[in-house]
Amino acid sequence: MQRVESWGRYPRVAQESGPLWWRDDPLPEAATLLPYGNGLSYGDSCLNPGGCVITTRTLDRFIAFDETRGVLRCEAGVTLGEILDRCVPRGWFLPVVPGTQFVTVGGAIANDVHGKNHHVAGTFGCHVNSFELRRSDGERLLCTAEDNGAWFRATIGGLGLTGVITWAELQLKRIHSALVECESLPFASLAQFSALCAASDRDFEYTVAWFDCYSWQNGALRGVFTRGRHVEEDDGTLAAPRPRPRASVPFPLPGWVLGRWSMRAFNALYYAIKSRQGRQRVRFEPFLFPLDVLTQWNLAYGPRGFMQLQCVVPVDAAERCLAALLQRITESGQGSFLAVMKCFGDRVSPGCLSFPMPGTTLALDFQNRGESTLSMLRACHELIAAHGGRIYPAKDACMSPEVFATGFPHWRELLPNIDPAFTSGFWRRTAGALNA
Amino acid sequence: MPMNVLIFGATSAIAQAVARRYADTQATFVLVARDAAKLAANVADLTARGATVSATLVADLEDGDRHGEWVAAAVAALGTLDVVLIAHGTLPDQAQCEADDAAMRQAIDVNFGSAASIATHVARELERQRSGTLAVIASVAGDRGKRSNYVYGAAKAGLAVYLQGLRARLASCGASVLTIKPGFVDTPMTAGFAKGALWATPERVAAAICRAIAARRTVIYVPSFWRPIMWVIRMIPERIFIRMRM
Repeated sequence: MQRVESWGRYPRVAQESGPLWWRDDPLPEAATLLPYGNGLSYGDSCLNPGGCVITTRTLDRFIAFDETRGVLRCEAGVTLGEILDRCVPRGWFLPVVPGTQFVTVGGAIANDVHGKNHHVAGTFGCHVNSFELRRSDGERLLCTAEDNGAWFRATIGGLGLTGVITWAELQLKRIHSALVECESLPFASLAQFSALCAASDRDFEYTVAWFDCYSWQNGALRGVFTRGRHVEEDDGTLAAPRPRPRASVPFPLPGWVLGRWSMRAFNALYYAIKSRQGRQRVRFEPFLFPLDVLTQWNLAYGPRGFMQLQCVVPVDAAERCLAALLQRITESGQGSFLAVMKCFGDRVSPGCLSFPMPGTTLALDFQNRGESTLSMLRACHELIAAHGGRIYPAKDACMSPEVFATGFPHWRELLPNIDPAFTSGFWRRTAGALNA
Repeated sequence: MPMNVLIFGATSAIAQAVARRYADTQATFVLVARDAAKLAANVADLTARGATVSATLVADLEDGDRHGEWVAAAVAALGTLDVVLIAHGTLPDQAQCEADDAAMRQAIDVNFGSAASIATHVARELERQRSGTLAVIASVAGDRGKRSNYVYGAAKAGLAVYLQGLRARLASCGASVLTIKPGFVDTPMTAGFAKGALWATPERVAAAICRAIAARRTVIYVPSFWRPIMWVIRMIPERIFIRMRM
């Protein structure tokens, strides 16, 4: 059975849920509603405490696939992985994928997700041709950039607050091989990371850096920069069977499994392996979705769950802000099992509350240790806001209303398009508090 | 080899999940269902997944006079029937069936009468072609009459016995009959129930059905843990069972 909780498993809330089996099914009868896809948002942006979530994973039908133009229309609960199952053998690929292929199309639009190719392709919303939005008053809006354009822009990155997306049409991109040609380059400081971004972003569609957050010391930071691009030649790999997840975390592991010492050891080992990889050709799955081999990996963080900090900081403030952040995190004694960085590009998304902006983005996972974790995160949020940065709502469980308003100063533009019956834990916690 | 698949009740969640598994192997379908819009949504989905849908029939499956006509139409469209799945059914309101005997008769007609009638026409065709599998969705509810849903249970029990006989009749000609006994499955039919640990997804049930069809099995419980559970429930003496008020 589908568990209706968020990926970080924090906060834990009580709420009702009701599925949409068909695009025309009546919406569940409840005072407040929120669409819920595959539950991969980390915090409370996919939760509706005390209300009802409309589970959309059951809307998982394809509607049409134009193989000559690469235009795919499908229901909102189809996952990106299910799309790749169909389109890769026919030489098509999703123009933007996040770090997991298990998100639904509806979720990808509602959070306007980005991937390792943001510097060239922008966000998921940049490649959405159209979608249908169902509202609690029974209205059905066919939205494109031109028709119902305000709804289109509000819904992309609109956190599910504008209504339920029932289907969407996406523009895919051509590929000739299922392999990615990739290269790993070790770096030893933030400055070296920035230099690698500058040197790679033109010739490589995908770039991302992993770093060992335990290695931070006065500007020194050990990490590995990875860059890659689709193999251009027709090597016959498109039709090969797709790898499936190899293992699953069956239940919440005890908290010490991802404790301080095991994480230090893991980071050192990961660096040792990763920094020696050099150039290689690998299938796109391990390159783009490295964690998908282990399903339910979120349970490894233990019974109290975990929180992610993902922010973006404008280019000119990036190095200063990231240094201050890493200093603050190191001082707190909390560390991250996986920490990644990337330089965003300047392609503008149609979405009005879209998260990415030009600058450097940083994502770190923290085991939930209660108040100490929350206060460390809040201190980080203040730092980020002070440097003109913003926090990613899809990953957040604790940013203050003020930090939200500083990061998204234009957030009120969304208000006219929000469905009066729709709300989320995140929205009440941030915008709700600002409006009160 | 791509198979020819005929499905009655093609918009049911289990049938849809079974159809997708066959679509992955480029099967050719004839689909019969009551709701045209839902059927069209499933046809689009299966087509995008690589299947061919050679015909669809929008029909009320209770219309017994037309069962033969539909099977004939499917044979005309497909040639040989490799797999026939009868998946339609309703979950009647037990209290209403107790109060209103027309509702009771209708529940028996849909869940037993129409399925048995369609199975009869399909069986003739399988006998003629001397191959193929008829798979029919019965229920664990047919294994013992419970006060909470004995109308549904009786219809499904009748269906299971009917299929036993049909299986014996077809055994000599090379066709097989599969009785599927799902437990609790999370589908629109069970929307009103609180879901717990015993519940299965339609995808899981569909995977078991396709494996059983390929292996030419006779009776399956899905998920398989229902077999020992139902064995125990059948073994409980009637006097004790009455007192359990199930």
